[in-house]
Amino acid sequence: MKPDLFQAPDYYQIDDLLSDEHKMVRTAARDWVKKEVSPIIEDAAQKAEFPKSIIKGLAEIGAFGPYIPAEYGGAGLDQISYGLIMQEIERGDSGVRSTASVQSSLVMYPIYKYGTEEQRQKYLPKLASGEWMGSFGLTEPDHGSNPGGMTTNYKDMGDHYLLNGAKMWISNSPFCDVAVVWAKNEEGRIHGLIVERGMEGFSTPETHNKWSLRASATGELIFQDVKVPKENLLPNKSGLGAPLGCLDSARYGISWGAIGAAMDCYDTALRYAKERIQFGKPIASFQLQQKKLAEMITEITKAQLMALRLGQLKNEDRTTTAQISMAKRNNVEMAINIAREARQMLGGMGITGEYSIMRHMMNLESVITYEGTHDIHLLITGADITGIPAFK
Amino acid sequence: MKILVCISHVPDTTSKINFTDNNSAFDTNGVQFVINPNDEFGLTRAMWFKEKQGASVDVVNVGGPETEPTLRKALAIGADNAIRVNTPALDGYQVAKELAKVAQDGGYDLIIAGRESIDYNGGMVPGMMAQILKANFVNTCVSLEIDGNQATAIREIDGGKETLKTSLPLVIGGQKGLVEESDLKIPNMRGIMMARKKPLNVVEASSTESFTETKSFEKPAPKGEVKIIEEDNLDQLIDLLHNEAKVI
Repeated sequence: MKPDLFQAPDYYQIDDLLSDEHKMVRTAARDWVKKEVSPIIEDAAQKAEFPKSIIKGLAEIGAFGPYIPAEYGGAGLDQISYGLIMQEIERGDSGVRSTASVQSSLVMYPIYKYGTEEQRQKYLPKLASGEWMGSFGLTEPDHGSNPGGMTTNYKDMGDHYLLNGAKMWISNSPFCDVAVVWAKNEEGRIHGLIVERGMEGFSTPETHNKWSLRASATGELIFQDVKVPKENLLPNKSGLGAPLGCLDSARYGISWGAIGAAMDCYDTALRYAKERIQFGKPIASFQLQQKKLAEMITEITKAQLMALRLGQLKNEDRTTTAQISMAKRNNVEMAINIAREARQMLGGMGITGEYSIMRHMMNLESVITYEGTHDIHLLITGADITGIPAFK
Repeated sequence: MKILVCISHVPDTTSKINFTDNNSAFDTNGVQFVINPNDEFGLTRAMWFKEKQGASVDVVNVGGPETEPTLRKALAIGADNAIRVNTPALDGYQVAKELAKVAQDGGYDLIIAGRESIDYNGGMVPGMMAQILKANFVNTCVSLEIDGNQATAIREIDGGKETLKTSLPLVIGGQKGLVEESDLKIPNMRGIMMARKKPLNVVEASSTESFTETKSFEKPAPKGEVKIIEEDNLDQLIDLLHNEAKVI
């Protein structure tokens, strides 16, 4: 792997719209990624291993629950800081960002939002420090875009709940200490339960042979008559809106994260194009290469502005699910298109692990699929503007 | 031990350098600023003294409010207090005089500055400051140990190194070697959160006197076309170097 020479593009001086603290948080995350992630990530992805050695560092830069209040171990930062941290981590690798997204938005967020004070005190500080890692169980083998059809369920046994079912495509599952699991009660209403590793009947088999997010562990969550203590139920919200609220937060982070992957591909392609000589001159001097680069920086700039505005709205608690869908969909598609174009610009070198581009490109195939597929997000926008949902 | 680390707010080394106002002022548009690398080596060594020997570490900068994020970063890394002398940095003497005043007023034992800033590369401030303070001085310092009132410092000299014994109060012109690049600290989230609450005191300058004034800046001439001479054509190479480049 070549040394990480990344320079972040800021074509519209969007930095001027950020606070000094935003920039300090971002620089810290950026420097940390250069120092700790870039040197090891290619090897981890090639070996399909999650680099557990970086968990402590992720916690230290505030990647776990940056917007959770400090009293629960979070950093108490705003939503733009959260976005910037996700951007910088995904600049390194989407798999590492996925781990951070799950921990923050899908595990810490529901415990903070929907949990009791005791649950907050018990879980959040350990999740913020990375001592415990979490996973989020919503998707099932037969229920992806339609999570409301889930079959995972629990019964009230008097002094405990009895949980049965299976979840699939779960980031962090193979090594998680706790899982926030969504299951139906006997009336068919969806509730969240905190399941801990070690509970009898709970297993987490790993999904192997992925061509994407290879530096992130993915697996299943299987529940066979798992006795879950009653105090592990998240009491303060139920119904499909509860997990969807978590997904809003995670998708918001992804809309920033994808910019990081795109910036890395653009920066790599730009540097390569200026150095690579063909026909006696740098390939950056050819119109077709300039077209690619010019379109990339245009799309990155648009995505940056979109994410920033969404962050401002989120800070004021004014975002809608549909607005988040639009940004997630747009920015991930933007990133995957840039990765593909950048890959072509590097020719044969683009397919090797010497450069990060093809790893980003393959990672983004997952990112464009998870947390609401590209098509579903389009239909969310469609439903929002017409008032007619096409997926029901 | 009370340590004062002098922090210069300089453009990141990857910045594109341009000038405005008829080439008399640096164009800061779109430029990212960082802690001067030579100062950062000193700051990191100071943090080591704080952790291992219980020193207190304050940081100081001479400059306008735009330099405060750089001081906040030093606080996030672990400095205790920051002081900003509220005046534009005009020249080496003016900066040295203001820094020396802060050092004197605060009664610091050890003052660490970078041997030079990487923007204007004056390299004057640490020496002038030591003279004003009548303190001992080690420049181009690559290693520093303190034991009580005694200091052992290693200084880079032409073709080698010189080990010096001296005593506090001491001014250091530091550089890489005080610590290595891998030792530099990235502020963690807890540090950034704590930096919000740490004091950043703004003091007014003792005077606005300076003895020099910048008239204009010039960029180096753009690199010319490269001519490649085949290894068999030595005569052509000599001819070009003699008659065209006029260097031999």
